Amino acid sequence: MITVCRIDDLPPGESIRVTEGVPAPVAVFHTEDGEVYALDDTCSHQDASLSDGWMEGCFVECPLHAAFFDMRTGNPTCAPAKFPVRTHQVSVENGHVLLHISVGEPA
Amino acid sequence: MRSVTVVGASLAGLSAVRALRAEGFEGDITVVGKELHLPYDRPPLSKEFLKGNLDAEALALSEPYEYEDLEANWLLGESAVRLDPGARTVTLAGGQELQSDGVVIATGAAPRTLPAADGLAGVHTLRTLDDALALRAELLDGMPRVVVIGAGFIGAEVASTAHRLGLHVTVVEALDVPLERQLGRDMGLLAASLHTDHGVDLVCGTGVTGFAGEGRVAGVHLADGRTLPADVVVIGVGVRPATDWLVDSGVELDDGVVCDAGCATSVPGVVAVGDIARCPNPFTGRHARIEHWSNANEQSRTAIRTLLTGVSAQPPATAPYFWSDQYGVRIQLAGHVPAGARPRIVEGDVDSRSFAAVYEIAGEPVAAVAMNQPKLFNRLRRKLTPALAAVAS
Ligand SMILES: Cc1cc2nc3c(=O)[nH]c(=O)nc-3n(C[C@H](O)[C@H](O)[C@H](O)COP(=O)(O)OP(=O)(O)OC[C@H]3O[C@@H](n4cnc5c(N)ncnc54)[C@H](O)[C@@H]3O)c2cc1C
Ligand code: FES
Repeated sequence: MITVCRIDDLPPGESIRVTEGVPAPVAVFHTEDGEVYALDDTCSHQDASLSDGWMEGCFVECPLHAAFFDMRTGNPTCAPAKFPVRTHQVSVENGHVLLHISVGEPA
Repeated sequence: MRSVTVVGASLAGLSAVRALRAEGFEGDITVVGKELHLPYDRPPLSKEFLKGNLDAEALALSEPYEYEDLEANWLLGESAVRLDPGARTVTLAGGQELQSDGVVIATGAAPRTLPAADGLAGVHTLRTLDDALALRAELLDGMPRVVVIGAGFIGAEVASTAHRLGLHVTVVEALDVPLERQLGRDMGLLAASLHTDHGVDLVCGTGVTGFAGEGRVAGVHLADGRTLPADVVVIGVGVRPATDWLVDSGVELDDGVVCDAGCATSVPGVVAVGDIARCPNPFTGRHARIEHWSNANEQSRTAIRTLLTGVSAQPPATAPYFWSDQYGVRIQLAGHVPAGARPRIVEGDVDSRSFAAVYEIAGEPVAAVAMNQPKLFNRLRRKLTPALAAVAS
């Protein structure tokens, strides 16, 4: 388990890229609706960081070619992405964002 | 409408097929493509693929399961040579005739070349997978002196890739400032400095008059009298729309297929999409072709609605978007930079090659440019005002 940051430092509509203590970079999102999600940061299409993406509800749009991913499942909802990104468990406890890295294949 | 023929089997053609099915079209779809390959992604051809880091399979734009779902008939390695507007019959080079209720023109563009280079080995243009394989073979073979003619986006990316491969690269540009039309003067100068930052020679304001070498290129003659020695030459001087097959079709042509904002052409039942389509765009304030990947990917939705309803559909209210990767810098551009406009840096700084900037008309942002600032760029991009509205305000 990794402590990402204080939730106050990740206001709704913001995202952060986690690179320390993880096998591959992870993007943690705090949506406008107050949900917190975590995905593998590297888009499953080409070379872009999803933490740089644009959030719309529980979806994030890749900043390079605008593929949409459902942050709940990691599944892409449109081209050009064809494959899911892995989701990770994330929780907020005592004002801190905690990340539990999942291993294995994408959902 | 029971049958549609899509001519051109690349990004715009594939997205037209996707859009047809997404809009509930259940009829027959035939796609005609000059290349033998199923649709593949072109942007990596000047980037990771050219470097040798990707194989051809990684470029595929779709997967077998999607092709199965789309249920289209792909006629690959076939060229359309004629369109009869009345019956919407597309004639192929082999004589086959395809008659359908709707036609989607998606034949894109082909690179311009220089006549003096005809028949000279070692001179390349870059548009197709086969072009990229041929160029890559020579670059990876260690052909040490590379001259790139044209410092546009593709020329700059090829120069950057060849430099990364350890080759000696010179870029020749006829204009005084590369990319000035696309990025404006300030950003054009900055794009020029990306080359020189990395020790790549950039010769601006000089035309090419011819080539040295018999059978195989040995050098490039410049208008200033110099000859640059060269083992490999890449010509990146822009493209021309692939409209040859439409001459005498009744489809109005003028630097591409002339369309309205909904991608309708002058012929009923015929729409055009992608690099070939010349649509008016409220964001750019121009009636021009847009040679951007995202345009070819997204415009088909509009074109297909127009085709299926017979009424010109409203395009989405988003500014045209383009990116380019050069020398480890990701450049992103949205909207159209007004001639003579100066950028306002919103964040970051130019010297570190990490910034986002906007261009304004009457105080309204009409274009955004960024280097290595994708997050902020995407926020700025969404706030752009159509240039036409800004001019009117
Ligand atoms: C090397 C390279 C790098 C690029 N990098 C970027 C980038 O970084 N960012 C970006 O935004 N854009 C980039 N682009 C541009 C982007 O790839 C194009 O905008 C996009 O490919 C346009 O798609 P299209 O389907 O309209 O046309 P095309 O991709 O040109 O496809 C047209 C197809 O039609 C076929 N055809 C032509 N004539 C006929 C005929 N008579 N009958 C049958 N078939 C025919 C052609 O063979 C071709 O396969 C790049 C392009 C290239 C070449
Ligand atoms: S890199 Fe994310 S959609 Fe292409």
